[in-house]
Amino acid sequence: MSKRLISGADQVLENVLENVLIFLTSRRDRNAVSLVCKSWCRAEAHTRSDLFIGNCYAVAPRRVTDRFKRLRSVYLKGKPRFADFSLMPADWGAHFTPWVYVMAGAYRALEKISLKRMLVTDDDLAVIAKSFKGFKELVLVCCEGFGARGLGVIATECRNLRVLELNEDEVLEDEFDWISCFPSDCTTSLESLCFDCLESPVNFEALEKLVARSPLLKKLRLNRHVSIQQLYRLTSLAPQLTDLGTGAFGLQDIIDPQQPAYQEPDHGHTFAACKSIVCLSGFRDLAHEYLPAIFPICANLTSLNLSYAHVDAQQLKSVIRHCHKLRIFWTLDSICDEGLQAVANACTDLRELRVFPTDPSENAEGPVSETGLLAVSLGCRKLQSILYFCQQMTNAAVIAMSNNCPDLEVFRLCIIGRYRPDWVTGQPMDEGFGAIVKNCKKLTRLAVSGLLTDRAFSYIGQYGKLVRTLSVAFAADGDTGLKYVLEGCTNLQKLEIRDSPFGDSGLQSGLHHFYNMRFVWLSSCRVTKQGCLEVARRLPKLVVEVFRRDEEDGGERGDFVNTLYMYRSLDGPRADAPQFVKIL
Amino acid sequence: MELINFEATELRLGLPGSTEDHRDVKSTNSPVNSNKRSSPEMDSSVSDENDPSRSPPPTKAQVVGWPPVRSYRKNILQGKKSEPERGSGIYVKVSMDGAPYLRKVDLKVYKSYGELLKGLQAMFKCIIGLYSEREGYKSEYAPTYEDKDGDWMLLGDVPWDMFLPSCKRLRIMKSSEVIELTVSAFFFGRNKTTK
Repeated sequence: MSKRLISGADQVLENVLENVLIFLTSRRDRNAVSLVCKSWCRAEAHTRSDLFIGNCYAVAPRRVTDRFKRLRSVYLKGKPRFADFSLMPADWGAHFTPWVYVMAGAYRALEKISLKRMLVTDDDLAVIAKSFKGFKELVLVCCEGFGARGLGVIATECRNLRVLELNEDEVLEDEFDWISCFPSDCTTSLESLCFDCLESPVNFEALEKLVARSPLLKKLRLNRHVSIQQLYRLTSLAPQLTDLGTGAFGLQDIIDPQQPAYQEPDHGHTFAACKSIVCLSGFRDLAHEYLPAIFPICANLTSLNLSYAHVDAQQLKSVIRHCHKLRIFWTLDSICDEGLQAVANACTDLRELRVFPTDPSENAEGPVSETGLLAVSLGCRKLQSILYFCQQMTNAAVIAMSNNCPDLEVFRLCIIGRYRPDWVTGQPMDEGFGAIVKNCKKLTRLAVSGLLTDRAFSYIGQYGKLVRTLSVAFAADGDTGLKYVLEGCTNLQKLEIRDSPFGDSGLQSGLHHFYNMRFVWLSSCRVTKQGCLEVARRLPKLVVEVFRRDEEDGGERGDFVNTLYMYRSLDGPRADAPQFVKIL
Repeated sequence: MELINFEATELRLGLPGSTEDHRDVKSTNSPVNSNKRSSPEMDSSVSDENDPSRSPPPTKAQVVGWPPVRSYRKNILQGKKSEPERGSGIYVKVSMDGAPYLRKVDLKVYKSYGELLKGLQAMFKCIIGLYSEREGYKSEYAPTYEDKDGDWMLLGDVPWDMFLPSCKRLRIMKSSEVIELTVSAFFFGRNKTTK
């Protein structure tokens, strides 16, 4: 933005405004403020310290640094969520590199970077480490492209590092000892260290010393190569932990010739000292006989993640009956409906439940069903968010949940068998999902599955006024379904659809709304290249990408486009699109 | 216009099912008409017509990205199956003399003794040698296994394919102890260990 001469009075006004705006933290409020007038826009830009960019291709890095001069924290999101399920070709994009170089030049005082679904290289990490002197927090979620070497540079250079969190990243296994890179001569400022997604073992001796000299450490998430014996040693060094990822929680690991002969450790004491732990996860290689070790801290837990452990109903019951304060619970369906009933009995304050499938194949025997869902709806009335994988479901149970849990904001039901109707009535699942959008007045996120007709989508369009994210797969009868959604869901931001018979005419019905959305994803649907071209022509600020997946066999789909991914952008089509991506 | 199905009303002296060929032809025709959704082989391609009487795909299909479980999670769970289920893996316990911890290894992952040894070496970070009659032991440790008869055998004695179904557990012994084993086998006809 070019400097223009403003009067002294105007400048005073802006300064006053800036002093007020410092207190404004919500990004929605800030966006609103910036739209008032140019003066307010400038003032807001000067005082914004936390920046959120939901789609890294919506805006060029240079535009960001031109507008915002004093950022402390940046949160960037790259690929859309369906990339997690192998629906996006490798090397599609979302490179962090151009961002890091531009920001390195502009923001000396940047302290925090959070990235989700971006491609980050070791070099990028090195640039972060060397460019931002007071760097404090690095959070990488579902990212890839970097290895332990990059982590090593961060550990070495960032002397003020408080937070280093790796969350479901795919880290290159380069066998580099990054833990030893933390400076060894003094205490660290580390408050959070999470590497539970790391596939290679870390140097335990170095880790132990690191924990010993990190008195502020509150959050520690270990990977599966840390055995229960080693965990015990760490927790006794850090009794102040509030969030613990337990690693294997079983017998494991490499032979240490210096180890004393194997002795059964006293597990009663393992966690007795850790009275502050409220969030527990890990159990990556659970030895079930050790589960009772966590009983002493269950009563304090607000969050428990057992979703990497095969825990059956009996084993779960012994744990969950202590967990009265639990708000977040993630589990495998190995706990069965019986286990879910136990959750419903014990966790009346539950807000978020996720039930993942042990066996993700269709036609498998499902250990959880409508029975479990109903039980949870009756016991956990304050439920706000649910993700539920199952093999069979009924409308009745879903309707019951819509009535019992009016606070639901996130409802994601995945009936693994595609096109499965209500198995009791043989009817489509329309009425169930219809009840959800109708009765759950706070619903912002919805994922549907099972046998669905256009009627389900008419309900969604009619009642889903607050829905911002909608996920659809293997559903509907035709274009009308998409029309209902695009015309009815006025707050829709993110639409991801696969394998549903939505075509060009359905797509056209959203032309009035696409500029308000973060993105639209349609794969294996019935949109043609012509239809996509038409959208691109009518909406020039929309980047319309069309591509195929690598593994796609089955030949050409004729006129139908394989994947359509479109999003608004202030800076036109991206320059880094690979060959297989066509931007219309 | 459909003709009356004369066959159904026909009186015949014949075994039931003698018109099977005819019926089979009919039945193979019907999936093409009634199942309008993607055939299982063409993952995620969409039907050409909207058929209100859709039915689920007739066979179990491998559809990319379905169900929407992150591959990271799928991989973790794949490796977690502790017992061999539906022949998916042959898991045996591996112990090493002097080591406090047991490991488990899936023999199905390896195609030969050489590969198995490499895997064990990586696991225990030591050098394991295959015993050779002539050369004796090349290293400090030697791999042995317990077969289904309860006998302790040296790894490499039998062809790999014979070894796979007969191996119950593995033990990496100190080379010196193995020699004792073979001596006792010579004299007493069986290899027994105290473990």
